[in-house]
Amino acid sequence: MAEVLVYVDHVDGAVRKPTLELLTLARRIGEPVAVALGAGADATAAVLAEHGAVKVLTADAPEFAEYLVVPKVDALQAAYDAVSPAAVLVPSSAEGKEIAARLAVRIGSGIITDAVDLEAGDEGPVATQSAFAASFTTKSRVSKGTPVITVKPNSAPVEAAPAAGAVEALAVTFGALATGTKVTGRTPRESTGRPELTEAAIVVSGGRGVNGAENFGIIEALADSLGAAVGASRAAVDAGWYPHTNQVGQTGKSVSPQLYIASGISGAIQHRAGMQTSKTIVAINKDAEAPIFDLVDYGVVGDLFTVVPQLTDEIKARKG
Amino acid sequence: MSLRIVVCVKYVPDATGDRQFTEDLTVNRDDVDGLLSELDEYAVEQALQIADEADDAEITVLTVGPEDAKDALRKALSMGADKAIHVEDDDLHGTDVMGTSLVLAKAIEKAGYDLVITGMASTDGTMGVLPAILAERLGVPQVTLLSEVKVEDGTVTGRRDGDTASEQLEASLPALVSVTDQSGEARYPSFKGIMAAKKKPVESWDLEDLEIEADEVGLEGSWTAVDSAAQRPARTAGTIVKDEGEGGKQLAEFLAGQKFI
Ligand SMILES: Cc1cc2nc3c(=O)[nH]c(=O)nc-3n(C[C@H](O)[C@H](O)[C@H](O)COP(=O)(O)OP(=O)(O)OC[C@H]3O[C@@H](n4cnc5c(N)ncnc54)[C@H](O)[C@@H]3O)c2cc1C
Ligand SMILES: Nc1ncnc2c1ncn2[C@@H]1O[C@H](COP(=O)(O)O)[C@@H](O)[C@H]1O
Repeated sequence: MAEVLVYVDHVDGAVRKPTLELLTLARRIGEPVAVALGAGADATAAVLAEHGAVKVLTADAPEFAEYLVVPKVDALQAAYDAVSPAAVLVPSSAEGKEIAARLAVRIGSGIITDAVDLEAGDEGPVATQSAFAASFTTKSRVSKGTPVITVKPNSAPVEAAPAAGAVEALAVTFGALATGTKVTGRTPRESTGRPELTEAAIVVSGGRGVNGAENFGIIEALADSLGAAVGASRAAVDAGWYPHTNQVGQTGKSVSPQLYIASGISGAIQHRAGMQTSKTIVAINKDAEAPIFDLVDYGVVGDLFTVVPQLTDEIKARKG
Repeated sequence: MSLRIVVCVKYVPDATGDRQFTEDLTVNRDDVDGLLSELDEYAVEQALQIADEADDAEITVLTVGPEDAKDALRKALSMGADKAIHVEDDDLHGTDVMGTSLVLAKAIEKAGYDLVITGMASTDGTMGVLPAILAERLGVPQVTLLSEVKVEDGTVTGRRDGDTASEQLEASLPALVSVTDQSGEARYPSFKGIMAAKKKPVESWDLEDLEIEADEVGLEGSWTAVDSAAQRPARTAGTIVKDEGEGGKQLAEFLAGQKFI
């Protein structure tokens, strides 16, 4: 059976959920061979094996942390040369997309980004994508070279599928471009203890209607009652009420949770672009004409300052 | 010595219009008004600020696109760019990111550059991979997704706010930079700027000028194939209630019914 390369997104050996989803998709096309780079790469093997990786190629070198993107491209290319896979799958993070794109140029392949589903097809893997702020669904293929495909979080279930997952060291030689962009400083994000926005099953977002940084506490309280991640519209982010990393939409994160709750958000096209594929959508807005209500499964026309706290209290009461 | 800046700008269908695909499954660029991609205005803005800081700089805006794409160039010129290059050729219809990046790379090399600046993503294709591909093709450092950028003494530095960390980056020129919409509000063209733009030079190049064969680009030369495009079914109308004092409780009841509580 053909092998499929899966690029592993991990933090110091802790594999992030979208990578496990990629393994599910990879198994539809062939045998997953994982590539894990950087500090803690070896520690990823156990969980990757549980989810179907037949092999885990690992490499660590200071270059991965000290220079931007290109060292990882060199390593993924080394894995590609070693395996000759039928496809290369990479998580659709900002960095993942850049790595995938540069690999595609080098190996003379087409690239598909932000797939939300993947199936085997007669002419190679068929990717489902969303277009025009998720108002269209397209199916496409890579028609030249080995398909390189980046896949969004929440595109497939995580499935247990025990495989060998034997660790093999990957030999990497860095090219001249690898040290072009130096990372001279790094400030890690502080953990909020809440789920990662793109991976969360429930996202609770606030917009301009929240009217102040100090008021985001009621959005956070609702999120915490549901074990949800917190999102924000660009208006709320631009006003400085919430960090940009939490922005949902075209120039922020794109989310596709089971449940999305928008409070004080009008539903502009650029915001929709990042949340329209959520399974269930709920909105609280005092303007009955707000476009967000066109999307909702359930909407409350009302003041978020009374509706949201009442909802939070009711959820807590029901959960006991 | 003059700092030569090339800014890549894209002409895109207005996102607030009713965007559609054509029969050959390419983006319909005829029935919706087009404009300079808002995200590329940030690239033009940063170019202008970098040029202001430099002793001597020249900003060239570059687009690959149909006849109407000149509008995007005019807008960038009216913001303050010095000259423009429009790459246009009938054989370019349906070109995907691999082909577009090839054309842009050849055009940038022909124009001459010290610094290339792009937006973070186009608002129609929204792939956001072209900058990385361009850096690979040009063989220069990639300094991408910057929310802050500075150029001094032949070195570009900037801040990249990533998923897990905020990084400080540094590279020597020549280099490729892409900027996000966090990099700073783009200026509006002044009346004077709009008038001046009318006199600024816009060069037109075709594939032959760039020594690119027709079969390397276009729909035929595309590296990817779109097999189908279907409009997402409209979401079924949901329940909408007016809060009469029990709105939060009613919503909780709905969520419980959906097993979220
Ligand atoms: C290139 C580009 C990229 C963009 N990218 C993004 C993006 O990634 N994400 C994004 O979100 N936006 C993005 N935008 C901006 C987008 O167009 C909108 O401006 C933005 O989404 C508006 O945010 P909002 O809904 O919070 O604010 P508004 O549109 O001002 O809506 C606020 C809503 O809150 C309601 N409200 C006010 N007070 C209350 C109350 N007490 N109780 C209940 N409801 C209340 C109002 O009725 C209103 O509907 C982008 C724009 C451009 C041009
Ligand atoms: N046809 C084009 N002409 C000029 N620049 C482009 C073109 N397409 C994309 N770009 C540039 O590449 C960036 C990213 O585009 P994309 O990868 O298509 O999302 C944009 O913000 C532009 O700066």
